Amino acid sequence: MTLSPANEALAGEIIGWFPRPRSALIPLLHLAQAQDGYLTDEAMRRVGELVGATPAEVKGTAGFYEMFRFEPVGTYLVNVCTNISCLLWGGEELLEHACESLDVEVGGTTDDGMFTVEEAECIAACTEAPCLQVNYRYRGRVTPADFDGLVEDLRAGRTGIAGHGVLAQVRQSIPAERLAGVVPPEQAREAPVWLARNEAGASG
Amino acid sequence: MGTPSATGGYPAPLPDRSVGDGYLQHAPGYVLNDGPKLITSRFVHEDSFTLKRSVATGGYEGLRAALEMTPAAVHDEVRAATLLGRGGAGFPAGVKWGFLPPGKHPYYLVVNGDESEPGTYKDRLLMERDPHQLIEGCLIACYALGLQQCFLYVRGEMALAQERIAAALNDAYEAGYVGRQVCGSDFSVDIVMAWGAGAYIVGEETALIESLEGRRGMPRLKPPYFPAAVGLYGQPTIVNNVETLANLPWLMVNGSEAYKGHGSESSPGTRMFAVSGHLRRPGVYEVEHGVTTFRELIYGDNFCRGIRDGNELKMFIPGGGSAPWFFEDHLDLPLEARPVGAAGSMLGSGAIVIMDDTTDAVRAAWRVVKFFARESCGKCTPCREGTTWLEQILRRILDGEGRPSDIDLLLDIGDNISPGPYPVAADDGAEAVPFPPRQTTICPLGPSAVAPVVSTIRRFRHEYEAKITRRDPIPIEVVPVGAAS
Repeated sequence: MTLSPANEALAGEIIGWFPRPRSALIPLLHLAQAQDGYLTDEAMRRVGELVGATPAEVKGTAGFYEMFRFEPVGTYLVNVCTNISCLLWGGEELLEHACESLDVEVGGTTDDGMFTVEEAECIAACTEAPCLQVNYRYRGRVTPADFDGLVEDLRAGRTGIAGHGVLAQVRQSIPAERLAGVVPPEQAREAPVWLARNEAGASG
Repeated sequence: MGTPSATGGYPAPLPDRSVGDGYLQHAPGYVLNDGPKLITSRFVHEDSFTLKRSVATGGYEGLRAALEMTPAAVHDEVRAATLLGRGGAGFPAGVKWGFLPPGKHPYYLVVNGDESEPGTYKDRLLMERDPHQLIEGCLIACYALGLQQCFLYVRGEMALAQERIAAALNDAYEAGYVGRQVCGSDFSVDIVMAWGAGAYIVGEETALIESLEGRRGMPRLKPPYFPAAVGLYGQPTIVNNVETLANLPWLMVNGSEAYKGHGSESSPGTRMFAVSGHLRRPGVYEVEHGVTTFRELIYGDNFCRGIRDGNELKMFIPGGGSAPWFFEDHLDLPLEARPVGAAGSMLGSGAIVIMDDTTDAVRAAWRVVKFFARESCGKCTPCREGTTWLEQILRRILDGEGRPSDIDLLLDIGDNISPGPYPVAADDGAEAVPFPPRQTTICPLGPSAVAPVVSTIRRFRHEYEAKITRRDPIPIEVVPVGAAS
C-alpha cells in the first residue's frame, strides 16, 4: 500500500530536517518498510514523489542496501553472523542449527511466515560470538539450546521484538520552536553569527 | 587436512559472562578494567544513556566550557591535544578541521556511526551507552568550526543505538542543549539522525556522503581527497568518527595538557579496543593509547587474560578485517599507529581478533575475503572482479579442488588490486612494508581483501599446499591452422 496518513505526516516532518529533500530518501524507505514489512511498489512510488526521485531512482537506490526488501520476509528476520570472530566460536554451526531446527535453507522462510533465516556479515558484537540479530535486536553467545529457546519465546510473543521493518521504537522529533532552521545550502552563505566571537575575541 | 576446524570444537562451553568478572550485565561485551576512563566513565551506570544521569555526572559541562571560549580557541585546544581520528585512518582531528576553506559557508558535520569493519565494535557501545556524550561532542565541533548542521549517521542494523540517540536528541532539544540558541547563547545548530540500510562501504566517508544525499553509497572519485574541501551537497564537510567526537567533552573540561597526560606523546588519550576471538576474557576495553602492548592486552590480567584452554596463539588481526595479519613476533609492539604501520599493518578501527592454534588459516582468510567480495560496491573493476575471484579460488582450495598454480594466481590477483610490494609484517627475513598499500581502486576496500590472503600465504604456505590436491590442467599446445602442412 501507499503511505498511511500518519506516515505521510511523519514523512513531511523528516523531509523538513534535510537541506535537500532527496536526503530523506533512505529514512522514508525505512518508514515504508516499517509500515508494510517490505517495500511495496506503491510506497516506493510515493516516497519518490515526496523527495523528487523517479521510481527507477528509488528502486535503484534501495536495491543497493541489503536491509531493503522487495518481497515479504518472515515476521522475524534472523540474521546469524558467520564473519571471522563468530566463525571462531561456531557461527557457521549455529547457522546450520538454525536452518535445521526451523527446517529452512539459508535465506528461506518458514511455511507459517514467522521466520526467515539469513547469513549476516559482522554485526558488531564480536566478543559475544556467536551472535545473531532478530529484526536487528541482539542475542550473544548463543548456544543451540539458546536458539531453540529464543524461537519458542518469539512464537509465544514473549520478546517484545516488533515485526520486520520496525527499527528504533523511539523517533526523533524536533519541536518547531526549538529548530535552529534548515535551509538549502544556497540560502546559507553567511558565516554563522557565533563565529563573530573570533573577531571580538581577537580585537578584545 | 582431515577436519578443517576453524571453530576449535564448537559447541564447546562458551566463555562465561558472569557479573563481577569485569563484565556488566547491562552492557554486554564491555569490560570494566583498571585504568583511566575518558569516554566510558558512565558505562557502570545502568541508566547511563539518560539525560538525567548524564547531567548528574558532568554531562554538557564540556559544551559550557567551550561556549566560554572563542570558537578558534576551542579548535586550538583540540589541535594541541593531538586527538587522532578513531575511525581507521588515525588522522589528527584538529588538522583535518583546519582543511575547511575559509568563507565557503555553509559547512556541515557528518558523524560516521556506520561501524561495520569485521571485528569492530566500540562506536555501537558509545552510541547505546552514552549518546549524550556523543551529542555534546558534535556540539563542540559545530561551535568550534561554525558548522551549521550536523547529521548523525548510524548504521542501519543498530536498532538500539538509533533508539537511544533519537531519545537523547529529543531530550537534548527539549532541555535547550541542541537547536535554537544552545544554552541561551548565540550558537544554534540542528542535529539530525540519519541512518543506513546495510552496506559496509558506506563507512567510507565519501560513500557515506553519497548515502546521505539519498543515493547508492559508492565512494567518490578522488581528488578532492577530503570532504572538508567538497563534501555534502558540494559544501565543505567534516566527517568524524563517533569515538573521536566522544573524546571532546572530556577534553574541553580537562584541557589538552591533561589529555596528553594519558597515552603516549604521539598518540595521547585512550582508545577503545574490541578484542575478540579465542580469548579467556574477550571484551571491549578502554586502553591507554600507545602505551599498552598487544601482549599485555591479550595476556594481561587487567585485560583478556590469555588464550582459551591454554592454547597457543597462531595469528591475530591487529586492526579490523582490512588489516594485514600479525603473529607471535609482533606481540611486543605498542598499540600505536606508527610502529604498527612500520611493521606492515595498521591499528585501524581498534578491532583485534585472536586466533589460536586450532584455527585453519585458509578457512579464516577465506571468510574475511568472502566479506569483502560480498560488500564490494562494484564501482571499480579490480575490486568487483578481483574480490570475487579470490573468494572462489579460496573456496575451491577448501573444497579439495585447489590446483598448485592457485597460490600464484591468488597473489597475482592481489597484485592487480594493490600493485607492488604488499604490506606484510616482517617475518621470515622479509622486509617490513608500511601500510597502506598502493591501489588500483578508488577506495581501500579492494586492497583490504588482499590482506588476509597475502598474510596467510606468507606465513602458512604449507597449509595451502596441504589442501591442494588437484594437479594443474595440462596445457594444450595450440597449433595454428595451416602450420601442420
